[in-house]
Amino acid sequence: MFHRESGVFKTSYGADMALYPLPVARWTVVVLLAIFAIVLPLFVHSYYLSILNLIFIAIVGALGLNILVGYTGQISIGHGAFMSVGAYTAANLAVKLDLPFWLTLPAGGLMAALIGVIVGMPSLRIKGLYLAIATLAGQLIIEWTFNRVPAISGGAQASIEVPRPSLFGVALNTQGELYFFLLFFAVLAIVATLNLMRSRIGRAFVAVRDQDIAAEIIGINIYRYKLMAFAISSFYAGVCGVLYTYYFGIANYEQFQLVVSIDYLAMIIIGGLGSVLGTILGAIFVTLLPIAIRLLVESVGVYFFDAGELSSVAASLRLIIFGGLIIFFLVVEPEGLNRLWRNIRNYFRVWPFSY
Amino acid sequence: MSSEDLGFLWALLVNGASIGLMYALIALGFVLVYKATDAINFAQGEFVMLASFAAALALGIGGMPVIAAVLLAVALMIGFSFGLERVVLRPLLGRPVVAVIMATIGLAAMLRGLPPITIGGETRALPLPVGDEPVRLGAASLPPIQVVGAIVAVLFFVAFTWFFKKSRMGVAMRAVADNQQVAMAMGINVERYFALAWAMAGIVSALGGVLWGSMLGVDVHVAVIGLKVFPVVILGGLDSIGGALVGGLIIGIVESLAAGYLDPYVGGGTKDFAPYLLMILVLMFRPYGIFGKRKIERV
Repeated sequence: MFHRESGVFKTSYGADMALYPLPVARWTVVVLLAIFAIVLPLFVHSYYLSILNLIFIAIVGALGLNILVGYTGQISIGHGAFMSVGAYTAANLAVKLDLPFWLTLPAGGLMAALIGVIVGMPSLRIKGLYLAIATLAGQLIIEWTFNRVPAISGGAQASIEVPRPSLFGVALNTQGELYFFLLFFAVLAIVATLNLMRSRIGRAFVAVRDQDIAAEIIGINIYRYKLMAFAISSFYAGVCGVLYTYYFGIANYEQFQLVVSIDYLAMIIIGGLGSVLGTILGAIFVTLLPIAIRLLVESVGVYFFDAGELSSVAASLRLIIFGGLIIFFLVVEPEGLNRLWRNIRNYFRVWPFSY
Repeated sequence: MSSEDLGFLWALLVNGASIGLMYALIALGFVLVYKATDAINFAQGEFVMLASFAAALALGIGGMPVIAAVLLAVALMIGFSFGLERVVLRPLLGRPVVAVIMATIGLAAMLRGLPPITIGGETRALPLPVGDEPVRLGAASLPPIQVVGAIVAVLFFVAFTWFFKKSRMGVAMRAVADNQQVAMAMGINVERYFALAWAMAGIVSALGGVLWGSMLGVDVHVAVIGLKVFPVVILGGLDSIGGALVGGLIIGIVESLAAGYLDPYVGGGTKDFAPYLLMILVLMFRPYGIFGKRKIERV
């Protein structure tokens, strides 16, 4: 990530595919982990930890979406709905059957994967625009179902309250305790994605994205891999939904509406399609932006708007800036923040001897 | 079936058809652009919203006569579509279709955020001088604005059909839609026709916005009609103008029937649900729609 690699020549495929290209990379990761696992929780105020928590959850969901959109080249405008599937599955299991989180979490993910495969079915026959519309319909139908069927979504305002997750009998209540819980899953998701993309499956995804006909000719079963991409991607989304549910202590479909699907698409486009680091950068950026906008509106907005309108002004400003950034990155820098980061890194790679 | 039931059915059908014609008009904007330029506009509903805001402001604050306000909305939408094509869509030519979809989704988000900041979030009235007396058609009675909307929609479809079949520009536009390279070789200025297609979509959106806005009241929720465009165009066929008309009518009627017959059993809301279910079925079994060209790429 931060290292410079001049004078290193890779002589085997193994070396080229390695997770850590150099020993120093391993140390970078160790140091980063130490900062996140030990230093930050000790010294940072719990408000900032709560922001980090949101970022961790967003990373899980965005990685899932990037596997589908960035790596496999399909599109989904229904990821918000897949998250809600995971959220309600886990909430129902946790409340009605009193199951612990380490059972509800995979259950939520698997349920979302199942629904994701069903919604992704049309991808076998149709591409591009049609798939976008089919997943959009999936989003709207799932939203409608949760809103209208109290048997699944628990009656009053379609929301279910869930108890805090507990580990070894200790309930995780404070932001600090939830921090470790969410950090664990974010790291797990990152490592899983990195490894998935080095594997046969990951490379098959990329082949399907780049040239599906050629991929089929060299023996990749496109149907299988497209469905697998949908399954894995919505599994991540489901887990992300479960994490949201435990984090907020409530499952509510309003947290997972169409806007959320678009937020997550914004994350991966701003961060960089088909890149894990980009996804992380995008998740950080998109989570911090509304906070920055809120601060801005609260400090400057009072001179322009009534105090009562500020929250709606902040929401609208957020839409405008998100939309603008999506267009900007698509037109100007399709590879997103990840590309900007690479440019900076490449500049310093041989610095100060660049010529 | 008693005569009362028949009357109920008739009322649902007439009401559904008149709303369906409005859907068809707005879907026409989508189809025109897709047909000519292969670009997909996920912001069609926001176009409609923008036009309705322009007209409502011109009427309310500007105090303009209705005709002037409508013309202003049309002019604004033409300009806006031109600009959009230049600034956003042309750089995306040749990029994957997902990029265009995402760009228009981003545009939709921007447009939706704009009105509450600039002119406030309250609902505005957009009164058209059509009176309040409901128009009676047998057992059905329609608000006059719906009748006007239906008539405008039908007139537009007649006009566009004439334009594409008979006029020189229309034929050129069909040529561009059919095969850009050959059209270029025949001396057609393809870029100009792209711009023309967007301008026509702008006109359609502007009129749709004025009518729809005066039906519902003008606020950001006008844009929700954009989500209705997709069932209509998928059902009718993405590149078929007649398909937009037929699809709009079917979706409007299905919605109205679902609301009339299913809502009492499930507690409401089937209106928002039935069109998408129908659309999923069409996508599964006949993705090119009723009149669409069968050129879907399959893998």
